Amino acid sequence: MNHKTIMQVENLKVHFDVSSEGDMPWTKRKKLQAVNGVSFELKSGETLGIVGESGCGKSTLARAIISMVPSETGRVLWFGKDLLALQKTEMRKHRKEIQMIFQDPLASLNPRMTIGEIIAEPLKTHYPKTSKADIKARVEDVMNKVGLLENLINRYPHEFSGGQCQRIGIARALILKPKLIICDEPVSALDVSIQAQVINLLMDLQKEMDLTLIFIAHDLSIVKHISTKIMVLYMGNMVELAKSEDIYNHPRHPYTQALISAVPIPDPKIEKNKDLILIEGDLPSPINPPSGCVFRTRCKKAQDICSQEKPELKEAVSSHEVACHFHD
Amino acid sequence: MIVANKNKIVKLAENLTADEQTSGRSLWADARTRFMGNKAAITSLVILVLIVLFSFVGPYFAVWTYEQIDWNTMGSAATLGMPSIETGHYFGTDDLGRDLYSRVIQGTQISLMVGIVGATIAVVVGTLYGATSGYIGGRTDQIMMRIVDILMAIPFMFVLILLLVVFGRSIIMLFVGIGLLSWLDMSRIVRGQTLNLKNKEFIEAAQATGVSDYKIIIRHIVPNLLGIVAVYATLLVPGIIIAESFISFLGLGVQEPKTSWGALISEGAGTINYDTEWQLLVPLSFFIVTLFCIYFIGDGLRDALDPKER
Repeated sequence: MNHKTIMQVENLKVHFDVSSEGDMPWTKRKKLQAVNGVSFELKSGETLGIVGESGCGKSTLARAIISMVPSETGRVLWFGKDLLALQKTEMRKHRKEIQMIFQDPLASLNPRMTIGEIIAEPLKTHYPKTSKADIKARVEDVMNKVGLLENLINRYPHEFSGGQCQRIGIARALILKPKLIICDEPVSALDVSIQAQVINLLMDLQKEMDLTLIFIAHDLSIVKHISTKIMVLYMGNMVELAKSEDIYNHPRHPYTQALISAVPIPDPKIEKNKDLILIEGDLPSPINPPSGCVFRTRCKKAQDICSQEKPELKEAVSSHEVACHFHD
Repeated sequence: MIVANKNKIVKLAENLTADEQTSGRSLWADARTRFMGNKAAITSLVILVLIVLFSFVGPYFAVWTYEQIDWNTMGSAATLGMPSIETGHYFGTDDLGRDLYSRVIQGTQISLMVGIVGATIAVVVGTLYGATSGYIGGRTDQIMMRIVDILMAIPFMFVLILLLVVFGRSIIMLFVGIGLLSWLDMSRIVRGQTLNLKNKEFIEAAQATGVSDYKIIIRHIVPNLLGIVAVYATLLVPGIIIAESFISFLGLGVQEPKTSWGALISEGAGTINYDTEWQLLVPLSFFIVTLFCIYFIGDGLRDALDPKER
């Protein structure tokens, strides 16, 4: 596999204007920093896992990459071309190369369309001249790939189970043979047995079609299973970025360490005796984030410098980046 | 490998039992079944269809046309103009000796046409306007909705009467007037629903794929709105018929010798003291029965299309 860089994200920031009660139209809106300076590189065939607790900006990051959410600053280089600087119509052309899979399988399918129509929609949008027979052949082909029976093509989404719906979503994302698929918590709404099926399907397809994945989840064990690289987000800030096994075996940021220790181990003896690192306190308000390091309010290692200076993301060892003054 | 084989086996079994590509039950098909189970709605639908058929087939059985004056009965409608089969005046005659049977048929045609045309304008304009406004959102939405607010603030009847007075009484003017104003409520309802739909993931999926805004509105938003639009449209038809009847009652609607339910009811009400109660009762019963039917159908549609809300 050649490891060509296909996407580079540089210092991506997404801020939302928040209006609070009693604001006048001329009052200055407060800024909510949803994504704060995220940078990473994605090589072809890789899977980047993004983890973090609810509301830390994972989904916003994904949407900002494909400019579904306007970003403040930063660049997203897609084969060297800055996607954020493109016009709307020009961006539309690139959308066929980057597809997305969504969290709620049923909600992501239009209830009034048959699944054949749903899967064919990207094809019809980007290649409007494709003949009907061609479309049908392609749809059936991709349905086969994701393990759906061809004779279900005229059914409606409400007649399927959650797992099947997610397969339909995957089929829709695959039909244009994209290079990158962004999976926004694709399995959080499914039960555990189906989660494994969907994850394995994604991994098989990745091998078969040479896909690059961005995989968002809050379940670390799933992310570890599928990812080659893992990024840990905390309140829109990258706290750690490293290879999957490095993160898992040698987490260096206190936040990551706490996250990893919370993953249950399927062995009662070890599970009983392991020391759980508990994070105390609540998530601070993203409208008014703490000064310096955002994690310092809940960090055991926090010292004076943490409130004064924001730790930069630095390479601790080769290809293991951490944003902490006192990392291990 | 095992998974692949298992898939094949499952597929084989599936192929043996089910025939190729069974078509699924769409939400529409489900709704149709539920609607069919609603006795009141089905009865109303049958009666409404009979009334519509009557307005088209009825003229073939008529002895008199709607503008012909029976000089024998003229002036003595109470005695000679009674409903009777012998004279050919099945529903009696009106004050001028014209056949009420033919005139009711004529009135039915006009009133239903006004109702349906008005509702169609409301559906088409209101749905597109509301969906566009809601989907685009932001400032565009604000401006589009304030325009609706301003139009709504103008008294509907007053404008309609003014239009008919200024531009003369004609059926076209009536359509224009009713059409201009009937879509306002519809666009508001549709906008509200669109705001609801807009944040659904399938809309986001379409945006992420690169579907254009126009196609998203037509392909994803409008079909999901049609349920509520259908219900609201059936409830709008009687409203428009009543509005037209009111205008005609005031003497501003359709022009003589053509007539409508409202005009007939008005005439009938004027002669109620002269023992010619059929002149009021016949058009009135048509009017009431039709409105009842349409309301029941609207109710049935709402239950059928939105089973959760019951």
